[in-house]
Amino acid sequence: MSQKTEKLIDKKGLRLDGRKPDELRPIKIEVGVLSNADGSAYIEQGKNKILAAVFGPKELHPKHLALQDRMVLRCRYHMAPFSVQERKSPAPSRREIELSKVIRESLEPAIFLEYYPRTGIDIFLEVLQADGGTRCASITAASLALADAGIPMRDLVAACAAGKADDTIVLDLMDTEDKIGTADVPVALMPNLNAITLLQMDGILTLEEFKKAVNMAIEGCKKIYALQKEALKLKYVSVKEEAEE
Amino acid sequence: MSSIITRVKQKQIAQLIAKGKRLDDRELTDYREIKLEQGIIERAEGSARVLLGKTEVMVGTKIETGEPFPDTPNEGVLTVNAELVPLASSTFEPGPPDENSIELARIVDRGIRESKAIDTEKLCIELGKKVFVVFVDVYVLNHDGNLIDASALAAIAALLNTKMPNYEVEEGEVKLKSGYTPLPMKKCPITVTFAKINDKLIIDPCLEEEQVMDARISIAIDDDGNICAIQKGGSGYFTQEQVLEAAEIAKEKAEEMRKKLNW
Repeated sequence: MSQKTEKLIDKKGLRLDGRKPDELRPIKIEVGVLSNADGSAYIEQGKNKILAAVFGPKELHPKHLALQDRMVLRCRYHMAPFSVQERKSPAPSRREIELSKVIRESLEPAIFLEYYPRTGIDIFLEVLQADGGTRCASITAASLALADAGIPMRDLVAACAAGKADDTIVLDLMDTEDKIGTADVPVALMPNLNAITLLQMDGILTLEEFKKAVNMAIEGCKKIYALQKEALKLKYVSVKEEAEE
Repeated sequence: MSSIITRVKQKQIAQLIAKGKRLDDRELTDYREIKLEQGIIERAEGSARVLLGKTEVMVGTKIETGEPFPDTPNEGVLTVNAELVPLASSTFEPGPPDENSIELARIVDRGIRESKAIDTEKLCIELGKKVFVVFVDVYVLNHDGNLIDASALAAIAALLNTKMPNYEVEEGEVKLKSGYTPLPMKKCPITVTFAKINDKLIIDPCLEEEQVMDARISIAIDDDGNICAIQKGGSGYFTQEQVLEAAEIAKEKAEEMRKKLNW
């Protein structure tokens, strides 16, 4: 870490982009943005720009992947080559393969998989621009795309990270904080069920700091949850208007 | 999950756990017997074999010279890879690493990297140009559950056993000299994995328990009792209380486990 001298929190306790420690970045969510997908959503969180699309339930190919008692969920998290400072090779990296797995496992608990045996759902996540916290923003968008596709769910999944910048626990880390901060704790939550469906951590935190970070991330998830519901309702307002015309 | 046998087992395992018992008479927070050997592969710079019950993992380390990453020009490089060798289980297939082996390697990697276990600044040969690269190769030889803890333990044991070649720099060329020095280590992270079955947490799930678990969580703890890496896996969930309970138990267990390493 060569940039240790850079301060992430100023004297007033504000962050590089002027946010308070427990403040989210500005979030814009839109549901139903792609016409070919069965469900879709677009999210902007800070400079993150992410598209999520859901196809299915449909017959699985290859067929031997199908399960007799439930639906199979497949998920692909992918970053566009132009989404980061130095061009990223479009071939899936080990990081993307791991993230595809943990994102899938964060959504599975929310879906009534047993309602659609022998079928599959594909979730595609394309990070068009990355600014730290892409896995969380992807989960937030993916659960909306699933809802948009009409998949029966126990709850929406909202996700948000907390971490440590300098000596302060902060919410929703942006790129610089993620890279030179000392810890990152992404959390996904089904707020109505108090169920944590994704939890990862890297960095160093004491048990007390970890508790504080998880608490802060959960509060962040709840705020994002409210925005998700608003965005979902908004889509149907426009559907209603179209119908009345 | 869908086979009838695992469903029957699931009921049995869940009933036992409700009574605080397990298939092999362990307590809910007991590890299986751990056997650890170091320095078993002479050709490797460091090596270790861990037996966790019937789970068997071997780790070998190799050291080569290479270029540092541009953002850390003064630090050596750590690379962790995991192979789910087909002879370890009928469910492992030959071919390029799948998501399970990539996830395993990345969990082991994160524990070592985030705890700053290796003093990577001492692996710098020439600033920005040449550094030592430490390759940690995890080889799963028999799969009976909890590959994560077995692999993390074998990896740190192999690193503690690793010797670095002596060298001198002559006109920009690295010349190896005779003799070895131990790899500079600063910390000894330990990873503790829990499975959630029927809303109860158990430590060190065996394969049968893994087949019926709802979710798992792995927590890496450094020498000072700090948390340095976490990974939730599986298609279930945890409550906030369960996560904090797991973190506290992990802290105690890691301390016990660390004693086995003579660190």
